[in-house]
Amino acid sequence: MISMEKKWCAAVCVGLSLCASAWAGGNKLVLTGSSTIAPLALEIGKRFEQQNPGVRVDVQTGGSTRGVNDARTGLADIGMASRALKSDEAQVLVAHRIAMDGIGIILHQKNPVKNLSDEQIKQIYTGQIGNWREVGGEDRKITVVNKAEGHSTLELFLHHFQLNNPDIRAHVVIGDNQQGIKTVAGNVGAIGYVSIGTAEYEQTHGTPIQLLPMAGVGASVANVREGKFPLSRPLNLLTKGTPTGLAKRFIEFAQSAAVDDLVTAQYFVPLAR
Amino acid sequence: MIWSRHNISSPSRADVLLARLSGSLAFAVAVLLALVLLMLFKESWAVLASGGWARFFAGEGWFPSSGQYNLWPMLWATLVATLGALLLALPLGLASALFGRFYAPRWLVLPLRRVMMLLAGIPSVVYGLWGLTVLVPLIAQWEPPGASLLAAILILALMVLPTVALTSEAALAAVSSASLQGAAALGLSRKGIVLGVALPEARAGIFSGALLAAMRALGETMAVLMVAGNVVQTPGSLFDPVRVLTANIALEMSYAAGEHRAALFASGLLLMLMVAALAWLAGKRGGRLYA
Repeated sequence: MISMEKKWCAAVCVGLSLCASAWAGGNKLVLTGSSTIAPLALEIGKRFEQQNPGVRVDVQTGGSTRGVNDARTGLADIGMASRALKSDEAQVLVAHRIAMDGIGIILHQKNPVKNLSDEQIKQIYTGQIGNWREVGGEDRKITVVNKAEGHSTLELFLHHFQLNNPDIRAHVVIGDNQQGIKTVAGNVGAIGYVSIGTAEYEQTHGTPIQLLPMAGVGASVANVREGKFPLSRPLNLLTKGTPTGLAKRFIEFAQSAAVDDLVTAQYFVPLAR
Repeated sequence: MIWSRHNISSPSRADVLLARLSGSLAFAVAVLLALVLLMLFKESWAVLASGGWARFFAGEGWFPSSGQYNLWPMLWATLVATLGALLLALPLGLASALFGRFYAPRWLVLPLRRVMMLLAGIPSVVYGLWGLTVLVPLIAQWEPPGASLLAAILILALMVLPTVALTSEAALAAVSSASLQGAAALGLSRKGIVLGVALPEARAGIFSGALLAAMRALGETMAVLMVAGNVVQTPGSLFDPVRVLTANIALEMSYAAGEHRAALFASGLLLMLMVAALAWLAGKRGGRLYA
């Protein structure tokens, strides 16, 4: 009798564990890529998990390049890239826009310069202009703050200004947005570029920085949303071919108005609907 | 009676078990280190095999996108920053140890040591944050851009100071009291005792403490990354921004692929070899304390 019970127990255990593993396999989503999107994807994932009990969303960072590679090789169900797809990438991958992000040029608040043309910014970053006096400011050395290689912010910046990274004469090279903002806030002569959402938030919370307008368009979240601001980028989820099943549901959720508050909370700009 | 058995040359079963357990754990640590080295070799093999070491020491600079991996500028920056930090921390740490050992009033000794231990325990990213928001702007007022070799040296000096102070104090404490009492009996002044007896006898320990500090400075990543400016160039002055090897790995690893990635692993290997050389030197010279 006892042995019967034991056998029965064992059978149930094996059955349960089989079920559990099959269940986990079908209900786990892996997202990898852009460190810009990751915090947002994490929040969207949490809400998605709450609404779909049993589903697990796993988010890992590593840069847009990793997001593209992982989506292509199938290492991740969904890749994250904070840029538009290049033409060769677009042949295999489908991009699903979930929000917009703008890059703004930031100066210290005490810097009297309120406007720079694209050409001037280009000359400052290539070292042809080395003093604020040359662009109508005070007699002060310019500190050029650049991003480390591999960041999508850098790629977008270089692409917009038609620059090559080895041409840039940087004085400070930074890793993330916060480091950039702290560097500019601590140096009256500094110029840098960071995500507009982050900069606007820091500015309204008393950090001594100012965002420069580009081509006459003010650097604001509102202008990025309307697509007016020249230096902006889409935040994309990537799938290999058309998504199906769980990935499809997740992407539809991430594009819906139900996550607009999460997008805004991360200082990004929700999609115009 | 401490031993439950008189004959310790035929150990009990518990002893045998303990010996085997601790032995295999010690062996596992050694194996782990070997595996790390092996992994570094394996990952960097792609670039070592294709062009050999020569590519790391030639070329115009560090331009991974165009396949140039000259490590010299970052190697110099790393060495100069470490040396500068040691030059600052060594006299300060030694002075603090001497004060604590020979001159401080008794009630001050323990608080002083506690502060040093606390300083040693502050996470490096906190040092970095302080450097970025306080130190760098200060230097920037003097000579922009502020983020510079000087900032890196100052932060590193602050970080390795407790290592130097605590190891020097341990070395001074190990000076035999017979020597000290003998010197006092001979009528030497306190200055004479410190300079003529204590310091020479503690020399080896102080030296290996300095090497330990150098190892920490070499390997420090986060704090230096935040204050050094990270521009790849051979430092020409104290106010030039520089990038050290560790910061380079941290900045680029998550985005690197292929040969670039292999080159980063190779620079990690180089760092590890440098630290291993220092550790060997410390073991050789400071045998009494750390062997």
